[in-house]
Parts: sequence; structure tokens; C-alpha cells
Amino acid sequence: MKKIAERVKVVKVEEVAKGFGKTIRIGELEIALFRLNNDHFHAIENRCPHRGGVLVEGIVSGQHVFCPMHDWKIDITTGKVQEPDRGCVRTFEVEVIGEDVYILFL
Amino acid sequence: MNKKRLVLIGNGMAGVKTVEEILKISKERFEIAIIGEEPYPNYNRILLSKVLQGDTTVEDITLNDWSWYAQNDIQLFTSEKAIHIETVEKNVITNNGTTIPYDELIIATGSKPFILPIPGNDKEGVTTFRDIRDTVEMVNASKKYHRAAVIGGGLLGLEAARGLLNLGMDVTVVHLGNNLMDRQLDATAASLLKADLEGQGMRFLLEKNTTAITGGKRVERLKFSDGEEIDCDLVVMAAGIKPNIELAQQAGLTTNRGIIVNDYLQTSIPHIYAVGECAEHNGIAYGLVAPLFEQSKVLAQAICELDVTPYQGSIVSTQLKVSGVEVFSAGEFIEGGEKKALRIFDEQDALYKKLVFNGKKIVGAVLFGDSREGTRLFSMIKKQADISDTVKVSLLQPIGGEAEESVVATMDAEEIICGCNGVSKGSIVQAIHEQGCISVDGIKACTSASRSCGGCKSMISELLEITLGESFKPEFQKETLCGCTSLSRDEVIEEIRNKKLMHTREVMNVLGWTTLEGCSKCRPSLNYYLGMIHPVEYEDENESRFVNERLHANIQKDGSFGVVPRMYGGVTNSDQLRKIADVADKYKAKLLKVTGGQRIDIFGIEKEDLPKVWEELDMPSGYAYGKTLRTVKTCVGETFCRFGTQDSMSLGIALEKRLERIGSPHKFKMAVSACPRNCAESGIKDFGVVGVEGGFEMYVGGNGGTHLRSADLLGKVKTAEEVIEYASAYFQYYRETGIYLERTSKWVERMGLENIKVVMEDPKQRQELNERLNIAATVLEDPWKKIIGSEKLKNELFEKVTVEQ
Repeated sequence: MKKIAERVKVVKVEEVAKGFGKTIRIGELEIALFRLNNDHFHAIENRCPHRGGVLVEGIVSGQHVFCPMHDWKIDITTGKVQEPDRGCVRTFEVEVIGEDVYILFL
Repeated sequence: MNKKRLVLIGNGMAGVKTVEEILKISKERFEIAIIGEEPYPNYNRILLSKVLQGDTTVEDITLNDWSWYAQNDIQLFTSEKAIHIETVEKNVITNNGTTIPYDELIIATGSKPFILPIPGNDKEGVTTFRDIRDTVEMVNASKKYHRAAVIGGGLLGLEAARGLLNLGMDVTVVHLGNNLMDRQLDATAASLLKADLEGQGMRFLLEKNTTAITGGKRVERLKFSDGEEIDCDLVVMAAGIKPNIELAQQAGLTTNRGIIVNDYLQTSIPHIYAVGECAEHNGIAYGLVAPLFEQSKVLAQAICELDVTPYQGSIVSTQLKVSGVEVFSAGEFIEGGEKKALRIFDEQDALYKKLVFNGKKIVGAVLFGDSREGTRLFSMIKKQADISDTVKVSLLQPIGGEAEESVVATMDAEEIICGCNGVSKGSIVQAIHEQGCISVDGIKACTSASRSCGGCKSMISELLEITLGESFKPEFQKETLCGCTSLSRDEVIEEIRNKKLMHTREVMNVLGWTTLEGCSKCRPSLNYYLGMIHPVEYEDENESRFVNERLHANIQKDGSFGVVPRMYGGVTNSDQLRKIADVADKYKAKLLKVTGGQRIDIFGIEKEDLPKVWEELDMPSGYAYGKTLRTVKTCVGETFCRFGTQDSMSLGIALEKRLERIGSPHKFKMAVSACPRNCAESGIKDFGVVGVEGGFEMYVGGNGGTHLRSADLLGKVKTAEEVIEYASAYFQYYRETGIYLERTSKWVERMGLENIKVVMEDPKQRQELNERLNIAATVLEDPWKKIIGSEKLKNELFEKVTVEQ
């Protein structure tokens, strides 16, 4: 069966500053949309698997974000929690078309 | 190959540790299922007392969170209880009716607290101290009730009692024996411990046999066999543990106090094993964590059919986890018969050390007052090391002296170095060889060793030195700025000054950072140091600041924020209060709270509302989130008080206006009291002022927080202007020499009070420091105003986007 992705337009590129995240609410879901310093956009669920810290407020270094609550380090591109902590955050595909940023739901 | 099914009953430390050991040996061998009664993933039960004592939270003591189970394909049944084992068909049946087949079964049901079989033991307010639920119950009780009784003066009872003291309760410890911790301490150490804990506010009733708990629905009183009674609203039973063996008994396994196991942790029925507190080996059911690690290792190897050294029992050591008290005990600590003791007792300083020998072998030890030697002695005891006369002399060195011989070198690979996280010497050596770890921080990152209490740091450092041999680099052992660099704070600052580096990225590039964009440790530090060194030229980096300092509000655990407006000197007026009330109503604040620093905190504000809240308050930011001057607490002073000798409010306000907004290595708290009654608590502030007849005393390096420290007298001056001059110079000196995140209480100790005094008493240096501070102050503006005036900042930092579905 072919999966159909739903593409949701969330923000314009210029609305997110480099090296920062933006909180995106879609229904019940809260997503942290990041614009890395290399200008790539990535989206992960806005909850640290440790204690539910809001990741969007973390310090972004390269492709990692540090949770503001207890400093867990999470790879924004894969959602993987870095050693020595363990876990994983849900990730979402992001597409940038022209000036618009879309999040894809599979 | 078809995987065998391994089922573990009990999701606690022993069982899960065994599973971890098995996964280390092979991930392919078993399909694993775990049944756990508590609705939590596996947590570090030994740290529960720290949760109760308020030093940490439940989430922080979680050992394996949910994702660990998923990653290892472990089927986890929580809140589910195994009620029956079909040993012939090889199935476990749960209370939900689930049938879980096994090929190999591990029982790790642990133990439960022993409940005194006395009338009233089921009353409300009677609890044990065993799991997270108990801890929560105690915390809740402390909010409503005041008198607590702990039954049992052992390790657990005392830890519970200390926790209840922290929760503000009156605590009485009731103990059957005449010595506290009688399973670990001799009479001398026990009486020292008692005196120490009494000093902390604990009360003791020794040689008391509790016979009944009385009251209405809730406990009101404890009765003892001698007819005496005490009033209490909370009773914590900590009188020992009882292995959980009902399931095993019913399945027909041989049991005694615990489930009987052999040297391979096998029970009396094939394919069933028991490990941890529910198991009894050689007549002993252990209730401590170290034996459980040892048993898990043996069991994992046995179950994977490896060659294994049989388990031969454990020698145990204990350390009381009560802050401010150092107690250590290991092995056979009571002399008598063949066993002879060697003692040092310094009654004046309450230091005690006893070693017990059997012939030339050391078999036990008790330490009180200074337990740093504990790990070393424990290792010697475990090895039953032969003590020659020369070694004996070295053991007799004054308590607190440095030991010479390295025990780490002689430890076996399986021996545990980090007891909190169960990391063995072998794993650390492996991390050094295979993962290239060269520093304690590196080991911590790779293995988690030293991550919890940090007590094993010196041993890890020694192990690094021994293992690396010639390639051991002492310079990497120094405190580096963070894991991204091998440079220390001082070296980085020197390079920034010499090379005139102006940007965090530039520092990282030029000084060869190992990461491209740093980490959450170096980014904020560099941002601070650059701003301190180049106050005018440096452009502060919002992206390198912690969330609170970036959003200028305090993030709460639910993601909402607290807002604290500035009230200089803790003085307010009806106009400000009205605005605060209006804002609180309009933005649906969840709580209004007067802070410890005499300010008002408006809790529960959503991120996107913050700029509006500030605009409507029209007050400056109180910097309650900042690494800068927080507040100047004042008493009412001579204006109103009949004792006041000085105008404390005016001086407090002037100090706050002088130092506000200027960044410092960590938060900086001040107070001004108008007389030695010290109502503003100037003795526990970073800089505290006490007014006296004809002048002011200035106190520094005080701290009322985690590491309570009373401030040292810096000096005495005559006028308020001089106080401001000294305080400014002191603040600037701290800014220039402090390590990022180092409070002045630590800074004063590191720098030495006398050295700081020399600088402060030199008028020229004082003036220069004041001038440099003036420069730093010129560029600062109120952050709330700045954000209110910038659409760009508002959008970038505070806007949340809601997408309609």
C-alpha cells in the first residue's frame, strides 16, 4: 500500500532565526522546528524523552540540541539521544519549497 | 537459531542489571520479557533517599527509561504482577491473566519492608520507605503534618529521618537496640553518629519497643512496652526487609528467609534462577546494592553458558547517605576472639577510625567523620589483604591524610569502582583502550562512572594514570572548560585576551575545539567570558544563552514561565502591586508567590504572552533568572525600626541600581541589614552588609543554598558610599576571576579570603575595578524594554505557530 504524506505548511523561512527553534502546534502535537546554522530545517517532537523538557528552548550546537531541563543531548536530525543517556525523540520530515517550510506527516 | 525465551520477574535493579549483563554478552541469544509491578521503568532505588531529601527527582534516578526496553526489543509488562509459575509447562501467569512462556526464568522480586506486627499498623499515615510511592506519601504528609516518627535506627531509617527533617518535620527515631546502625557500627561510632544527628535536629528514643500505633483513622500516637507514648502524625517503618518469596514458595522452590540459590544463582528447580534481595546464598539474603551487581554478573554468564567463577558471597560495605555525616563500615567490624582491633579516636574533632584484623589479614573497618579512605580499605578487606607491619603503620596515619599505596592497581577487573552506576574497573579500562578516553570526564561520558555521587573520581583518575602509563597526560586531568577542548578556563581567557578573539565561533576555531559549534557547557561560558573581557565591543549571543537568560523569564517544568519584576531593595508600592494584580488576572497566572529575595513571582505565563506581560507591568526585569545580581534584600532599617542603626533600604536600593544587569559567573545575591539582628540575613549572601553604630560590616562568600556557608567578614567601613565602592570592586573582581557557574562561596575558598582582602584594601585596585565595572555598565539596557521594542525579537523568540488542521 502506498503511504500518502500529508504536507503541512508551517512557517516562512525568514520567520525562524538560524541556530534557533520555533514551537509549532498542530492539534495536540507540539513540534520543535529548528533551523541549523547550515540553514537546514529539521523537526522533532517538542518533548525530551527524559522528563518532557521543551526541546525548542534548548541550546543548538551543530546538529544537536541540549535539553534545557537536564542537559540531555539530542541529535536533531535523527532524534537519537546521545551517550551516556539513551532514548529517542520522534522526528518529522521537513521540506522547504521556495520561502515556505512544510512538515510532512506519513 | 531460534531465540530462547528469557523471562524476568521483577523490574528492579538486580534483575535489569542481569539483563544488561546478558545483552553485553549477546544480543541474539534471548527473546526477553520483563514483568514489573511498579508503573515505572527501572530506577536506582538506593538514591530514593536523595529524592526524599530533595537533592534529586524521580526522573533523575531512572536507570533505564522506556526507550531502553524498546531498543533492546524487551517486552515490558508494568503494573502487572506475576502470580503463578507453572514449572513443568514453563509458563508465568500474571494477575491480568496473561500467560508468558519461558525457557529460562529469573526471579528478582526483591524484598519488602518488614512491617511490625502490632495493632494499628494499617492506619493512615503509617508508611514504609521502600519505593517511589512511599516517598511521595512522605512528601505529601509533610505538607499537612509536623510530627514524624521513624521506627528503626538503621541505615534506611536514618536516611528517611534526615529526609523528613528536610521536609520541615519534627522527627523522632525509635530504635530497639541501644546503638544506631548496630549492624554496621560499633558503640563508639554509633554514639558519635547520634550526637551528630542530634545536632541536626533529630531526636532519638533508644531501647524502645513499639507495641501499638493508636489514633483515629490516622495515626496519632506510638506506644512502647515501657508504657511511654509519643504523639506523631506520620510513622515510617524502617525496621528491616523481608525477601519476597511467596511466588517462589507457591511454585515449590526451596526457600528459607529468601529463595535458596547455589553458586550459580540456580534455584532448586531447573531453568529457574533468583538474584538480588529475594535470593539467599549460603544463608545470607543481602539487602545492599553491591552484592547484587556481583550476583548479576555471575548469573548472566551462567545463563549464557559461559565459563564462570562461582559466586562465593559478598563482603559488604555501607556508607550513610546523609549530607554532612561521613560514616563508613565494611566487613567484620566487631573485634573479639581471634579478631583484634586497631583504633584512632579524636574525640575533639569527632573523628574515629577502627580497623579489624584477623592475624595479619584486614577483615573489617569502621570510619566516622572522614570516610574518604573507605573505598581503599574496602578493597583491601575484600582481598583480605595481608597487612605487614609497615603497611599497618601507614594505615595509622592521621585520619584524613593521603594514602600512598594504589589499591586501584591491585583490583580485579570485575570489581566495581562506581557503586552508584555499577561500573567495574574492567569497563573503565576498556573505555580507556577502546574508546580512547583520557580524562575522568571522558570516562564519565562513555561509562556513566562518577556521574551520580562523584565519590569514585579519584580512583578513576588513578586508574587512568596506571592504564595509560607513559601516555597519561596530566594536563588533560585538569579541569578543562568543557569536553570540547583540552584548555582550562584560565588558558582560554588568556588566549582570548592575547589573540583578541571576539566571537564564540572564533574562539572555537582558533583554539582548536573538537566540536564545530561547541556544547551547552562551553557556549554560555564563552559568551560570558567574551562579554566580560570586551564589555563594549562584544555582541551578546542569544543563541548561546540558557533558555531563561534568552527569554528573560524562568522556565517551569510544564514549559510555562515565571515573571519577576524588579523591586529595588524589596520595596514596592500600591501602584506596582495593582499592576501585578491586573497582569496576573489578565494572563491567568497560576500562582503569585513572594520569593526568597523579597520579590513577587508571577507563575504560569505562556511564552507568547511574556512581552505583553512586561509591557503592561511597565517595570524593569528583576533578573530572577540571570547570572548577575539577583536581589538586594533589606530590612526596614532606621526609618521605622526601633533597633535600626542605618538606612538599610536606601543603601540596598542604591546597591541594586549600581550592580543590576551586569553579568557575573553565577548569580549574585546581596542583603543589607540595619543592625546585627540581621533580619535581611546578610550572613548567607554573596555580599552582605550589616549596619552597626557608626558604620557597616561587609560579609562575603555566604550561601544559603545547597552548600550552606556563612559569610566571612571582609571589613568594616564608615559610610554607605564606601560600602558601594567596596561592593562594586568585589563584584568586578569576582567577574574577572570567577569560573563560569562558580558561586562566590566556592570562589572565596579557591582564591583565599586573605588574597581577596589584599586586593580590596588597596585603594588603587579598588578604583580600577570600579572603573572597569563602570565601562561594563554603560552598554546595558533593560532586556524587557528592548524586546518590547523589537518586532523581530518578539517573533523570533516568543512566537508560537499554531497550524490549523
